[in-house]
Amino acid sequence: MIGVGKIKQYANVLETPLSKGKQEVSLSAFAFLFSELVQYNQTQVDNIAELERRLEDAGYSVGARILELLCHRDKGNRRETRLLGILSFVHSTVWKVLFGKVADSLEKGTEHEDEYMISEKELLVNRFISIPKDMGTFNCGAFVAGIVRGVLDSAGFPAVVTAHFVPMEGQQRPRTTILIKFAEEVLRREARLG
Amino acid sequence: MAPVAPRSGDAIFASVEHVNAELFTLTYGAIVRQLLTDLEEVEEVNKQLDQMGYNIGVRLIDEFLAKSNVSRCVDFKETADAIAKIGFKMFLGVGASVTNWDADGTCCSIVLDDNPLVDFVELPDTCQGLYYCNILSGVVRGALEMVSMKTEVTWVRDMLRGDDAFELQVKLLKQVPEEYPYKDDE
Repeated sequence: MIGVGKIKQYANVLETPLSKGKQEVSLSAFAFLFSELVQYNQTQVDNIAELERRLEDAGYSVGARILELLCHRDKGNRRETRLLGILSFVHSTVWKVLFGKVADSLEKGTEHEDEYMISEKELLVNRFISIPKDMGTFNCGAFVAGIVRGVLDSAGFPAVVTAHFVPMEGQQRPRTTILIKFAEEVLRREARLG
Repeated sequence: MAPVAPRSGDAIFASVEHVNAELFTLTYGAIVRQLLTDLEEVEEVNKQLDQMGYNIGVRLIDEFLAKSNVSRCVDFKETADAIAKIGFKMFLGVGASVTNWDADGTCCSIVLDDNPLVDFVELPDTCQGLYYCNILSGVVRGALEMVSMKTEVTWVRDMLRGDDAFELQVKLLKQVPEEYPYKDDE
């Protein structure tokens, strides 16, 4: 058997230095992997809502880890505690690390006080994806919505986060808007803090 | 047409678009975690990861051939070199080397210099039988099958299991003769 006679040295994650986060892989490698994630989850569900929920769950676990990683590496173990702070952290820092650029826009919903939107003309995960007609409004951005929810939730800002296609005038492809609806408690706390 | 020299893995990797390796790593982690929750048995997860890799390999070979200018390899040795020196580099940005050839040149090992899949990863006691990177072996198997080589790809060393390197053993089972999907007179 392989390894018999050798003393096995299990690498301890905590003892290896944290990478600087500058390493890259090819976009195709990620696209292939993401496509498998979607295809696998398609085999596990009966409807679109369920599929989006599963992609969101997968994203959530990425978001929770990204928050921890970035707070530790870039922010000296501090994290944002105010609503606008955490939103701009997601829109700028998280986006830049994950997708190599700041998100195209961050807006406050006009109809509801508790809604915010992050929009991206061409979301990385949607780059190579076209949605079949029979799948209606399904958006693979659910994965990114999950990442956002993971970051917010782990930072103490529970929210419902969803991804939507928004048609753009003069553009062939719709942009993706990540809609963030914060829980009531978040807004109450925010109001209290003044 | 005059044969074009194959491009180096470094040159291709430099010319393609990139994404942050941490996004890749964490997404892969999310997939593995999902599989562990869904399938429960570690053995089944290994199988599913291999299948996913196979699906990727089947598609990835097109991009590999299109971008690398690699033409038909004369023997399995050249094939293994192309995978290690060009394939791993152009997709994952990591180098690899080929060693441990057997006497008849049908079985070798590919040792990875680095492995972006395993950052932040530690196998818990409940997952000791897991081949965490099994997707990679599937990719190699799938890609080779598309160029008429049936192979068996297994992990012989895995750092997550306490070994000192990541080593894939690639064993050529048989070369499938290429057949035209159509008859000449049609």
